[in-house]
Amino acid sequence: MSALPIADTAPLLELRGITKRYRMGDSNVHALQEVDLAIARNEYVAFIGPSGSGKTTLMNIVGCLDRPSGGRYFLNGKNVEELDDTQLARIRNREIGFVFQNFNLLGRADALHNVMQPLVYRGTPLRERRRLATEALQRVGLGQRLDHLPNQLSGGQRQRVAIARALVGSPSILLADEPTGNLDSSTAQEIMAMFAALHSAGNTIVLVTHDAEVAAHAHRTITLRDGRVIADSRRAEPGTT
Amino acid sequence: MMQLLEAARAAWNAIRAHLLRAALTVLGMVIGVAAVIVVVAVLHGFAHTITSQFKSLGSNGLIIVPYETQRAELAGIQARLTPGDLIAIRRQVRGIQDVVPVLPMARFGGSVRFGNHSTDSSITATTPAFARGGVQYPVQGRFIVPGDDATRRPVAVIGDAVIKNLGLPDHPDGHYVQMFGTWFKVVGVLNKLGTLLGVLNQDNQIYIPFETGVSLSGRSTPPDIIIQLQVSRAQAIALVEARITRVLRERHHLQPAQGNDFKIQSSGELIKALTKVFNIITLVVAAIVGIALLVGGVGIMNVLLVSVTERTREIGVLKSLGATRGDILLQFILEALLLSMLGALIGLFLGWGLSTLVAHLVPALAAARVPAWIVALALGFTAAVGLIFGIAPAAKAAALDPIDALRYE
Repeated sequence: MSALPIADTAPLLELRGITKRYRMGDSNVHALQEVDLAIARNEYVAFIGPSGSGKTTLMNIVGCLDRPSGGRYFLNGKNVEELDDTQLARIRNREIGFVFQNFNLLGRADALHNVMQPLVYRGTPLRERRRLATEALQRVGLGQRLDHLPNQLSGGQRQRVAIARALVGSPSILLADEPTGNLDSSTAQEIMAMFAALHSAGNTIVLVTHDAEVAAHAHRTITLRDGRVIADSRRAEPGTT
Repeated sequence: MMQLLEAARAAWNAIRAHLLRAALTVLGMVIGVAAVIVVVAVLHGFAHTITSQFKSLGSNGLIIVPYETQRAELAGIQARLTPGDLIAIRRQVRGIQDVVPVLPMARFGGSVRFGNHSTDSSITATTPAFARGGVQYPVQGRFIVPGDDATRRPVAVIGDAVIKNLGLPDHPDGHYVQMFGTWFKVVGVLNKLGTLLGVLNQDNQIYIPFETGVSLSGRSTPPDIIIQLQVSRAQAIALVEARITRVLRERHHLQPAQGNDFKIQSSGELIKALTKVFNIITLVVAAIVGIALLVGGVGIMNVLLVSVTERTREIGVLKSLGATRGDILLQFILEALLLSMLGALIGLFLGWGLSTLVAHLVPALAAARVPAWIVALALGFTAAVGLIFGIAPAAKAAALDPIDALRYE
């Protein structure tokens, strides 16, 4: 068991003894075993590990898309496993911003409406939604592409729309699952540069990847194998905790 | 409220994205609603035409017709009303007026000739008061007058169709037509009534004085007539019916055990009976259409279930963005509702158009009308069907696990 990282302030999220089991046919699969983890505000963390290591399961639990089979998960001081589906949806809506490998934009909606969508579930009035979404798109450099449909945008632009959508509600954590997996290397670098900038701006970022090169952008790397955390290293760098 | 608007907008966008599919999906609804509108509109118009014709007889009108039970008919007994019955009623029943004998000379067509032309017309002998009913009245010349009747004049008032069939001039007054081997002078032309059910031409009519008709039908057998009359006060109808029954039973020498050999029909009763028939037809049609709409609902459900599977990933994305079960449920139920209402609206216009077309093609149904209640009923029922059949796909969508949905290829 790895040592718990010590954060100066109360952690943004804290996992204690998180376990996840699946039934697959006749056998039980232990996707996660006794994972302890704390992430502080404004950390830039990468979950790294080969496929089957449990990193995606961990991200799903952190992102409140999935519930653990055992253990406790506190997000912003709230005990997540006590919440029902509707409350989990609310947490996803307010606390989490997802960025997916394959962008997962709504195909029928233009860039602006894609970014406005999370605010719909918050009950933000239309005019305010439009303003916030426009701002978010301007921040990712797509202020001129508001009315473009996803299929009229390049891969890098699509991922930037997805980032704008993740950011528009000012979430506590930005969760990115292989965000550069479908992009060519120069576009990937652009996107990674954008994450670095977002981190500098004060966002908490969790990156999930199998690519050590991508993980190297993060300031803290948590390595998983067979559902366990086997390493938790921080890049010694001035200015980071 | 805003959530509802947003869900409706999302639902509408989803429908708009596949307009052709949506149109095909709601085809069942369209046909069902169009059918109900056409049938009800046409029936309603038809019923309206018929009842208004009966109403012109007056709500106080009674019609006495000969009537024989099947058993008596098999025994060779033929019920009759005779001019003697008419006189007896006039003398012995009080509180009545416009007692009119109607003698069908040739109900299913008697031969009429003018020059080289000949045609078959319905020929009826009656008295001047017949025209007071207001259904048939002369638009040219005159109807039968008391003098015609008293002196058995060979005069005729003819319908519009007779003029055409015989090639008579537009103003045929003073011309002579031949019927039953006698020459009749045309003295008047009747108002146009049009065609009933598209087959029965009501303008192929000839009226002659009653006494003229009686003398023509020969002396050996008394003529078989129908008697129409008006009751002076509506409250007295039952009393008058009872009196007429007594008078006629006495005249026909009926034993207490025997049934009446005549029937007294009031126009109010006829209208009631007709309305009943139309209501039953409407009900049956409504039931059939209801089934059609249910089938349409199943169609919508089917397509939506497929659509939910197709859009699994999209639903997963929406859930990752914070959509609750309720948000997704609402969106898909609204989609079903919008689809069904779309079908109902298209069906409404199609049905309205078709019934207007039918009314134009069949002049007898000129009054085809779409009553408001059937529009409300069709819309309401369709909405209910849409809601009910939207529940299953919506529940399926709402219950999707976000992770599975996001992973769905």
